[in-house]
Formats: sequence, structure tokens, C-alpha cells
Amino acid sequence: MHPAPSLILFTVLSGLGFGLIAWTGLGLGPAGIWYAWTVSVASGALVAGGLGASALHLRRPDRAWRAFSQWRSSWLSREAVLAAATSAVFGAYALTWIVTGTRLAALGLLSALLAAATVLATAMIYTQLRTVPRWHTPLTPLSFLAFAATGGLLAVLSLSGAASRPLTLLALALLATAAALKAAWWHRANATRRPSPEATTALGALGTVRQFEPPHTGRNYLQDEMIFRLARRRATAVRRLAAGLGAALPALLLALLAAVPATPGLAPAALLSHLAGLLFERWLFFAEAEHAVGAYYGHR
Amino acid sequence: MTTLPEPSGVKLGLVIDLDICVGCHACAVACKEWNTAAYGAPLSDQDPYGADPSGTWLNRIHSYEVTPEDAPQNAPPQIVHFPRSCLHCEDAPCVTVCPTGASYKRAADGIVLVNEDACMGCGLCAWACPYGAREMDAAEGVMKKCTLCVDRIYNENLPEEDREPACVRTCPANARHFGDLGDPDSDVSRMVAARGGVDLMPEQGTKPVNKYLPPRPKTRETPPPARPDAEEAPGGFLGWVDRALALLD
Ligand code: SF4
Ligand code: SF4
Ligand code: SF4
Repeated sequence: MHPAPSLILFTVLSGLGFGLIAWTGLGLGPAGIWYAWTVSVASGALVAGGLGASALHLRRPDRAWRAFSQWRSSWLSREAVLAAATSAVFGAYALTWIVTGTRLAALGLLSALLAAATVLATAMIYTQLRTVPRWHTPLTPLSFLAFAATGGLLAVLSLSGAASRPLTLLALALLATAAALKAAWWHRANATRRPSPEATTALGALGTVRQFEPPHTGRNYLQDEMIFRLARRRATAVRRLAAGLGAALPALLLALLAAVPATPGLAPAALLSHLAGLLFERWLFFAEAEHAVGAYYGHR
Repeated sequence: MTTLPEPSGVKLGLVIDLDICVGCHACAVACKEWNTAAYGAPLSDQDPYGADPSGTWLNRIHSYEVTPEDAPQNAPPQIVHFPRSCLHCEDAPCVTVCPTGASYKRAADGIVLVNEDACMGCGLCAWACPYGAREMDAAEGVMKKCTLCVDRIYNENLPEEDREPACVRTCPANARHFGDLGDPDSDVSRMVAARGGVDLMPEQGTKPVNKYLPPRPKTRETPPPARPDAEEAPGGFLGWVDRALALLD
């Protein structure tokens, strides 16, 4: 699939934003008003940035409001509804916190649940597609959720500057879980294949099917959008970058932070590195995904 | 509404005979001609006369080379022409993924359509279709797909023989047939039963309405051996010519 920058930014930034909302809603971070402001601005910017990026993907963004209507059947619509609901509930939570200085645990818990549901809905947009065998696995939503939890906790550690060894160790454990889930995802993905030309044309009973003549000499939308050809040589390099920046380096920084609590700069560095790794991971998520339609154009 | 309606009794669709199709692309051209002036936005082209032309089409004709596993050495492969368009699936994933309600399946006859005034151009429905039947129009920014010529088949302003999809009406080989696949006694249903018509990618769970009639097996004879005398020295007049040429060799 075409790795559109708008979709890469959307999934990475909104995942991080909803992760931050979830942990904050669960009561993590200092209680001070200044921190309430910081968290509200940061999560608002991340979520708005992510959703804004997704709007860039639309050819008719003026009609995006219609996406709130089909939540009965469509995961994309559910994602829109849940994102709006999370923002509203967390907005109320942050506002009462800023104005009255108290954090309403019930509202916080509700925003945490809604944030998790939003991340799940985002992942399901891709997971639901049988046409892309790599995405069609429960490991996809599991890894999206684990990444959001990890990134959100790293953001809490970075913004609060608090020296909490238990939270640092929790972040380390979440990072390891996310990395393990993604490794399992990649392991499975390596073994998946798009349907063969014999299967897509139903001509397999007659013999081996080869493309003799394509239907058109120029490009078309299907090829631009769904038959992205990626050089395997680069895929390995990008995979190393994703694993190194996304998991190995932040793990090292977190271990240091656990050993020498309150070392300034370690948590933000871990967050930034993790984010950079996620951008590579998400690029591969799209670029390596093979859609069934490629088989009609002779790809195996 | 992008929840699917109860399966309709009437299931309008196409039957495409891969044994007959000669790959002339006339159906694709007729489709483009009718639909660029009919339902919804025109089917635009980008850089049509330039170096990098592209455009929106609702029907694409592939050509494949099929080689049987047990084909004798050097036997020519079978060429199969393969028109590809929307199959108006009963369990259409393109409809249920649509967040805006633009994509829908008609309850009365099962035709899958896009309400272009509601489409926000997200492209998710095209990702959900296993058959590559949906193309985003680059000029209009909305999703285009086969309408089964919904504006011809019920159109009383057209003479009766024209009330079928443009591709079916135009096919010079009579490889395309239109009818109600929900009625087991319709001509198309009988044809499917008689010829062993198939669904494309049934494992995707889309329950396509359109059916493809597979090519009939070719009668394959072992290619005749080369003439036994081809390598022998000829006699008579040709022998004299052969010996004369040998002097120049
Ligand atoms: S062929 Fe594709 S576009 Fe047509 S109904 Fe089936 S899934 Fe939808
Ligand atoms: S491109 Fe249009 S029709 Fe397709 S899913 Fe998006 S809004 Fe629906
Ligand atoms: S017009 Fe008929 S013969 Fe020509 S490509 Fe279309 S289906 Fe095949």
C-alpha cells in the first residue's frame, strides 16, 4: 500500500496523544495546575495534529463531518466518534482540574477507557481488511494498543519530570511488550502472501497464470494506491531503524533512568527516539502491505 | 446507510464468458463513454495526450497466459482475456467500511452505488474491495465504480433493447450477459448452471453476484513432428540446386 505521510502521522501522533490521555485519566503525573495545563496542551496538540493529518488524506475534507454517521458498520466512523468523545470527556476532566484543582477520578477513568477504544478503532480500520493479509490479524490492534500505552507513559515521564522508579520500570516493561508484539507481528507478516493470480482469476484449474498484457499502458489509481513496490534491500534497513530507535535505544535510556533516577533529559530522549522509531515502523506497516488486487496485475 | 440491506430476491448482475471474450476492450470504452456523461461526475483523464496518461475507468480488461502443468514441451499457452469490474457483492465490504454513508447497496435489486455528494474521498472502500473495482476520480475527488448502468436498465426513454448495461449492449462477441442472478430460472442463472460459472475469490466472503464462465478446456494435440525429410539431402532438380549452393558454401 502507498505509505501516505498523512496516515503515518495520523496513526503515530494520535496513538501517542490518546496514550497520554489514558495515563493521565488514570491519575498519573503530579496534581499541580501547571501540569494540568501542560498535559492538556500536549495531548490536545498530539490528537489535533493526528486528526488534522488524517484530514489531509481526504480528497473532500469539507465532507468529513459525515464520517460521524456510520458508526453502526464502519470502524473509520467509530474512530471519528470515539476520538471526539474522548476529547470532550478529557476536556471536561482537564477543565475541572485546572479550574478547581481536583482530578475527578470517574471522568478520568472514562476518558482512559474511551482513549483505549479510540486506539482500538484506529487499528481496526486496517485489521478489518481481508484484502491485505498482513494487517488481518489480532496482533495489529494489540501492537497499536501497546505502542499507545508505551508512548503515553513515556510522555507522562517526560512532561512530569518526576523521578519515579516504578513508573520507569513499568515503561520499560510496556516497551518490551510492544516490541515483542511487533516482533510476533513481523514474524507472521513474513509468512503471509497476497492471493495468487491463479486464485484471483479463478483460472488456477487450467494451469499457471501469467500476465500477458496489462489492461492499460499508463498508471492508474489502483497501482498508485495499492501496488507500492518496495525495494527489499531498504526494507531490512528501515526495519533495523524501527527496532533500534523504537525499542532498543529507548530501553537503554529507560534502564539508565531507573538506575540513576531524575537524570534530566533521559525520559524526553527516550520518547523522541521511540517516536522516530514508530515513524519508520508505520512506514513499513503501509509500504510492505500487499493488497489482493496486485495479483490481477501479475504480482505474486 | 452503510449497513447492508437484507439480501434482496432480485440480484442484478453480469455473467462474463471467459471462453468467448476476445479482449477487444469495446466494453470498457462503451462503459467510459456512457458513464462519463451519465451517473455522477465524469470519468476524468489526466494528461491524456501527454507522456504520462492516466484516468478513471470502471472496467479493465486483463489478458493472461495460462500454461497447464502437464503441457507438452513448446505447446503454446492458452490466452484468456479477463474483464474486471464491480461484482455487486451481496456481502460487500466496500459498503460496510464506508464512514460517510456514501456507499450503499440497493435493497430492491442489489446494485452497489456511491452517492457522490456524500463521499469524502477517503479511499477506504477501494482498499476493502478485493477486486480493484473502485477508482478514485483524480479530478472530482470522489469514488467511482460500476453502476450496472442503473440509468439505462430502468430508463424508459431508451428503446427496450438498449435497457441493459452499456458493456453488455456493445460486446461484439456476446461474451457479456445481464440479468437477475437471484432468479434460478433466468437466462443468466441457467447459463451459470450449465457452464459451471464461478465466484471470484469466494474465500474473501464477499458473495459476488457477477459470475465468470471459465474457458472450456482446449483440445490439445501433441504438436506434429517436424517433417522427417527436412534435414535429408533432396534429390532431382532440388538436389542439383542444393549441390550448386554447396559450392558457394
Ligand atoms: S466488487 Fe468490490 S466494489 Fe463491487 S461490491 Fe464487491 S467489494 Fe464492492
Ligand atoms: S471514498 Fe467515499 S465512498 Fe469510499 S469509503 Fe470513503 S467516503 Fe465512502
Ligand atoms: S467487449 Fe466483449 S469481447 Fe470485447 S473485451 Fe469486453 S467482454 Fe471481451
